[in-house]
Amino acid sequence: MKILVPVKRVLDYNVKPRVKADGSGVDLANVKMSINPFDEIAVEEAVRLKEKGIASEVVVVSIGGAKSSETLRSALAMGADRAIHVLSESEVEPLAVAKILKGVAGEEAPDLVILGKQAIDDDSNQVGQMLAALIGRPQGTFASKVEVEGDAVLVTREVDGGLETVKLALPAVVTTDLRLNEPRYASLPNIMKAKSKPLSTKAPADYGVDTAARLTVLKVVEPAVRQAGVKVPDVEALVEKLKELGVA
Amino acid sequence: MKVLVWAEHEQGALKDATLSAVTAAAGLGAVDVLVAGDSAGSVGAQAAQIAGVEKVLVAGDAAYAHGLPENVAPLVVALMAGYDAFVAPATTTGKNIAPRVAALLDVAQISEILSVEGPKTFTRPIYAGNAIATVESSDAKLVITVRGTAFAKAAREGGSAAVETVAGTGEAGLSSFVGAEIAQSERPELTSAKVIVSGGRALKDSETFAATILPLADKLKAAVGASRAAVDAGYVSNDHQVGQTGKIVAPEVYIAVGISGAIQHLAGMKDSKTIIAINKDEDAPIFQIADIGLVADLYSAVPDLVARV
Repeated sequence: MKILVPVKRVLDYNVKPRVKADGSGVDLANVKMSINPFDEIAVEEAVRLKEKGIASEVVVVSIGGAKSSETLRSALAMGADRAIHVLSESEVEPLAVAKILKGVAGEEAPDLVILGKQAIDDDSNQVGQMLAALIGRPQGTFASKVEVEGDAVLVTREVDGGLETVKLALPAVVTTDLRLNEPRYASLPNIMKAKSKPLSTKAPADYGVDTAARLTVLKVVEPAVRQAGVKVPDVEALVEKLKELGVA
Repeated sequence: MKVLVWAEHEQGALKDATLSAVTAAAGLGAVDVLVAGDSAGSVGAQAAQIAGVEKVLVAGDAAYAHGLPENVAPLVVALMAGYDAFVAPATTTGKNIAPRVAALLDVAQISEILSVEGPKTFTRPIYAGNAIATVESSDAKLVITVRGTAFAKAAREGGSAAVETVAGTGEAGLSSFVGAEIAQSERPELTSAKVIVSGGRALKDSETFAATILPLADKLKAAVGASRAAVDAGYVSNDHQVGQTGKIVAPEVYIAVGISGAIQHLAGMKDSKTIIAINKDEDAPIFQIADIGLVADLYSAVPDLVARV
């Protein structure tokens, strides 16, 4: 089977986001950018399925500016076979991303699309579900376990009450949660090898997708800061506080 | 504006997340509620009591029993012909269904809104709550998910909505429910609890977590939470995780035990009314946002606390 893995280049999760003084967004100039952590888990899962002999090819795709090709190279270094870069210097909203991915899926005909449940920049949590809707296929969101079984995939999902397992007819879309796997570090030889793996460049127009924004960001501000309170000296003083709060 | 709200329910009971979504929806216009499921009738009667709801649509069909989005989204899309906005709570069910509906309607979704600023303008958290964006939609119809902790709950009583049965759209034949491991607990649910006791990596293992955190939670009639580190290490199951990728909570009192205060944990609980932190590291970031801090070894402090309350 062929697996398609969409990945996004985002502000590295260890970097504290700084809101721009003019309120237009978060400052991304001269800060470390990385593959979205949930997408990295998706790449790992796809590569593991290939290593198990279940998948035959892993194709990664990224929609974004010129530097998204670095993100694709890091996915290739983890073990993906081939990359598609849909070049767009302007921001592309989840719905348009899903439409582009529908176009890619139309050309590639993957049996499984695995991607992160959300990107850690806009926290939308939409693309996987939207893609599944647009291609008329089932979705297994927030996956903590993925098992391919014949022409179906069993997906264990992290839901509010615990875990839930659904069976989806292939082709299907799976979005990853944190505990699906622990992504590997790419070895130096694999990083070198990734440089010569095929990477094709496309444009949203190649898939007939209009990326005009549907949402206008009016402003971006820092959240209200919570002030630190008091320290109590001992448990007795803490009990007093709990009594004041009416919980003890 | 006519708004359709997705009712979240479980085992025949309407969940609190629905009530927050109704409040958010009421900020937009007239509110109808959709109850889909195999036991939708009794939940529909509960939904009809919610203050401010005009009409309850009941789709009682086995195809909707487990909220499978492949079956549910076509139902919502069909009903949306008569509505201007679809509003779902930002639960795992709501997050699963709403984007599928949005894509089928060809509109952008606005995720996890914190406030309604105007008929098409909303605030929502980005970067794990490190920034708050105000966004305006240009779409003809709105699809929105609501962060429950950001809106008051609509009253469960006082309403007298009409209940209407709607025809289902049946099985899509793409997916099926296999099973679930849903934690059964006498304790209050995390997202609606008044008091939460949460444990972190400092609890060492599942036995220590249980022996330390549970007695305090029992005494305070509290729900039990955990940091991502504690869940990843297997001390407790995933449904206890509080944080950006777990549950977002805002109880009256949040007691963080042995939790350092990683940014992604703070994102899930910083709107709690009172935050209490017990940690032996006085420089732990959790103390920067705690209202009441106790610098102490949790292994002596927590049992002592249990004995005194």
